[in-house]
Amino acid sequence: MKQPFEKVVEQHGGTVLRVCRVIVGEHDAEDAWSETFLAAMRAYPDLPDDANAEAWLVKIAHRKAIDVLRSRARRPAPVREIPEAPTDLGLPGAGDGELWQAVAALPDKQRQAVAYHYVAGLAYAEIADILGGSTDAARRAAADGIKNLRKNYPGAAMEGAPS
Amino acid sequence: MNMSFDHFASPSDPHTLRRLRDRLGLAAEAHGLLDVAYTTIDSPVGALLLAATPKGLVRVAYAVEDHDRVLDTLAQRLSWRVLRAPQRLDAAQRELDEYFSGRRQAFDLPLDLSLSRGFRQLVQQHLPQISYGQTRTYGQVAQLVGSPKAVRAVGTACATNPLPVVVPCHRVLRADGTPGGYVGGPDTKKALLRLEQAGGTA
Repeated sequence: MKQPFEKVVEQHGGTVLRVCRVIVGEHDAEDAWSETFLAAMRAYPDLPDDANAEAWLVKIAHRKAIDVLRSRARRPAPVREIPEAPTDLGLPGAGDGELWQAVAALPDKQRQAVAYHYVAGLAYAEIADILGGSTDAARRAAADGIKNLRKNYPGAAMEGAPS
Repeated sequence: MNMSFDHFASPSDPHTLRRLRDRLGLAAEAHGLLDVAYTTIDSPVGALLLAATPKGLVRVAYAVEDHDRVLDTLAQRLSWRVLRAPQRLDAAQRELDEYFSGRRQAFDLPLDLSLSRGFRQLVQQHLPQISYGQTRTYGQVAQLVGSPKAVRAVGTACATNPLPVVVPCHRVLRADGTPGGYVGGPDTKKALLRLEQAGGTA
């Protein structure tokens, strides 16, 4: 059943924030979040009752993140703003800066597929709808992304992963 | 495949999200998207939900009405664009605080009566004419609105008042002097009447 928009923010705000962090980095994540929910609120009355609100929000976040990345590329300041001291950002654990760097270094499609599948929990068919291309291509992009992360970020928690 | 993506969550997220949601409320207002703003306040008669459209205060709801259900109804009847955005309710909250502390006898707020229609809305428009500390019977209110035979319809109009407290349906009693029904429950009706009997010296 369709809910008041406040409930959508309450239920999905945290996931969208994490997705935005992965896609645009900590520094721009809040702007991407704000743009996403403002656009979502504008369009919400037209969202069908039975739609998957989270997939819909991630799709909007995907477009807004591209806007944020483009406007960042136009800035004269350094293009990449990867935190050297992640504890300043309130992120738990040591060595996360390396994970941020590894994620930021992924090709866009891989980073997006990883974020939408592993952080947002979307199915590959939903990811294909966002990225364009086939479900298989989305699955491959996520798998390649994880492979690259393992190679470049050996500190990642891997328990239960096939060796 | 258990790479830990918990790294992208932060212990400060609840705080960050509160701030982002406040910012969203302000941005939605600035972009004309905030169709229904609401907040909840504490009062001597329990938690009250206050909701306003750009036209004015549209709903006051008691906890017994179930605030989640009230929000669902507002979304279905008015707009899906409902957001917790307390700033639009600042004046209403202040006037209600003054009322409950006995410092205010009449409300001076723009009201949006669009949740009511026809005769019910007509009755609700007339109810503020019953002044603080006064009471009327359902029959007297029927006369007041020019339909002396519509006593039962007046009862329905009071029972479906979307703005209790502010639109004072609690001042309408049965002909035998007993309080009659009330959207917030009979005890709440009695509590409001007692507050007003104290004459603002409570």
